[in-house]
Amino acid sequence: MQAFTTLKALVAPMDRANIDTDAIIPKQFLKSIKRTGYGPFLFDEWRYEDHGEPGMDCSNRPKRADFVLNQKRFQAAQILITRENFGCGSSREHAPWAILDAGFSCVIAPSFADIFYNNCFKNGILPIVLDDAAMDVLFDACAANDGFTLQIDLAAQTVSLASGVVFTFEVDDFRKHCLLNGLDDIALTLAQTDSIRSYEQEHKRQAPWLF
Amino acid sequence: MAKTLFEKVWDQHVVTKNDDGSVLLYIDRQLVHEVTSPQAFEGLRLAGRKPWRVNASVATPDHNVPTNNRDQGITDPVSRAQVEALDANCAEFGITEFGLGDIRQGVVHVMGPEQGLILPGMTVVCGDSHTSTHGAFGAIAMGIGTSEVEHVLASQCLIQKQPKSMRIRVEGTLPAGMTGKDVALYIIGKIGTAGGTGYAIEFAGSAIRALSMEGRMSLCNMTIEAGARCGMIAVDDVTIAYVKGRPYAPAGDAWLQAREAWVDLHSDADAVFDKELQFNAEDIAPQVSWGTSPEMVLPITASVPDPQHARDDVQSDGWSRALVYMDLKAGTPLQEITIDKVFIGSCTNGRIEDFREAAAMVKGKSVAGNIKLAMAVPGSGLVKQQAEAEGLDEVFRQAGFEWRDPGCSMCLAMNADRLEPGERCASTSNRNFEGRQGMGGRTHLVSPAMAAAAAIAGHFVDIRDWS
Repeated sequence: MQAFTTLKALVAPMDRANIDTDAIIPKQFLKSIKRTGYGPFLFDEWRYEDHGEPGMDCSNRPKRADFVLNQKRFQAAQILITRENFGCGSSREHAPWAILDAGFSCVIAPSFADIFYNNCFKNGILPIVLDDAAMDVLFDACAANDGFTLQIDLAAQTVSLASGVVFTFEVDDFRKHCLLNGLDDIALTLAQTDSIRSYEQEHKRQAPWLF
Repeated sequence: MAKTLFEKVWDQHVVTKNDDGSVLLYIDRQLVHEVTSPQAFEGLRLAGRKPWRVNASVATPDHNVPTNNRDQGITDPVSRAQVEALDANCAEFGITEFGLGDIRQGVVHVMGPEQGLILPGMTVVCGDSHTSTHGAFGAIAMGIGTSEVEHVLASQCLIQKQPKSMRIRVEGTLPAGMTGKDVALYIIGKIGTAGGTGYAIEFAGSAIRALSMEGRMSLCNMTIEAGARCGMIAVDDVTIAYVKGRPYAPAGDAWLQAREAWVDLHSDADAVFDKELQFNAEDIAPQVSWGTSPEMVLPITASVPDPQHARDDVQSDGWSRALVYMDLKAGTPLQEITIDKVFIGSCTNGRIEDFREAAAMVKGKSVAGNIKLAMAVPGSGLVKQQAEAEGLDEVFRQAGFEWRDPGCSMCLAMNADRLEPGERCASTSNRNFEGRQGMGGRTHLVSPAMAAAAAIAGHFVDIRDWS
């Protein structure tokens, strides 16, 4: 997994609550057996006027003029700001895969759905929770400034605006450690093989019908 | 110390505790399907890892499978490749799979309980958000992403932080015809799609205890639509009677030993929850969703709401978008909404009781002229077999329904079963998100009896007035 340490990047706004993972990556793209290649299909039904299918060349598909991520000024964005309950619904990890593949490695929202939030950390994406008032500041600044950027520092747990305003955010120590170092948490768990084996033996003794 | 049901099961599965409060949690059962597993198996292969305990995982294809003309195989080459990948991965790693030709094949969350693969007190995961279904058995059951599917395959464990606890009591007697689905939609309408975020919910109270296992599974299934990590119900005689005698359930002395342990799977009388809510069963009427989120739901007697009456700007904005997408006008009575298609099935409502309830509504009647397609899709081959033994397939066919083969079907429309742009569907599934049942399709979530009655009437009706 790619480590996440600091990021200074262009911000794109999606001023909408309850964006679900079906919207982030529609079901037909879940037929792929790969982890990559989902980027062009991120928000497919909102991004394009036609119906997308896996494997399509998206370069000539008609784009919806009213969809915010289609605006030229947001094309190089790597940070997405959005509203509450982002990533609700399906557990599909294809959603963070699509977000990452489209160039985003940080999503900032007042709240996230549990499974999506967790899936982000497995893929080198930093999901940041800021309160509604802070989100309003970010949305207003993004609307007012072409080329609005943010500076993210995971070690310091800060989101900084060029204006000097700084917001701090919370993140679990373990998740932070893994993300900062790009660690594979399966390897970390398997380092505890002896503990798992001894737990398993005791569990089997107490509940043999589970084995 | 007094414990909640969740704490009892959780504590029994903690392998190690980390400094930051997270734990390594042992997982007893993993269900596997074709959509969220190929990258996990590939990850194992690339790292040269083997499954920790192969008999903990059981697989079946469900999302991509056709629900008719099975003799022709899967005609969509991309879907076929994914199902074949599941077959190959299960064969390579030694995991039991109920494949397309097996009578046990079906929606993972119907197949698992039906086979006795889900037992009280277990920890259960699957790369599918509706894994919450299995909390109906007093199990901790959570949907996970593909990286975690790989993690569980490799280590039989997950790194987890204990969620907060919430108890939702539904007290009293549900009005006749009200189901676990109506209870689920009612609760989500009250607490919202993020109302359960960060919590493990226990459903309790006399109305919950009175539900069948099918009803409890429908309710726990939709806990994820409230954003909760999982939903659970205490083990009682109904749970134990359901599990007894199933193929993978313990038998003989092991059954007696297990049953004795399961008696304790309830919250202690003085257990403390972080949050408690209570609803009256008598207040629950047949529910119909009108918008593009499961929280946009109202009783059948209501009308489409006006965004001006939303609680804040964010909700008002969401309602306005939903009205445009759903092509509905504020103030329209829900009973005047006409529909194009009807879908009865899914991991929410694809069990035998669901088809009995629906069949009772359509028996001797015919679907309305404006209905382009009415489908009844059993949740598994065994549900299909049972329904046919009871003659339900004939009831559906004579009413003008198509009687299909088991799979997820039009719940998420990964196979050929889908809505065309602008079509409106009465659906017993779990999500009414934009495009969920097909690009531009409009979904209204209801119980099986409500969907069946809507098929006959051509529009939504109050089944309490049905004759």
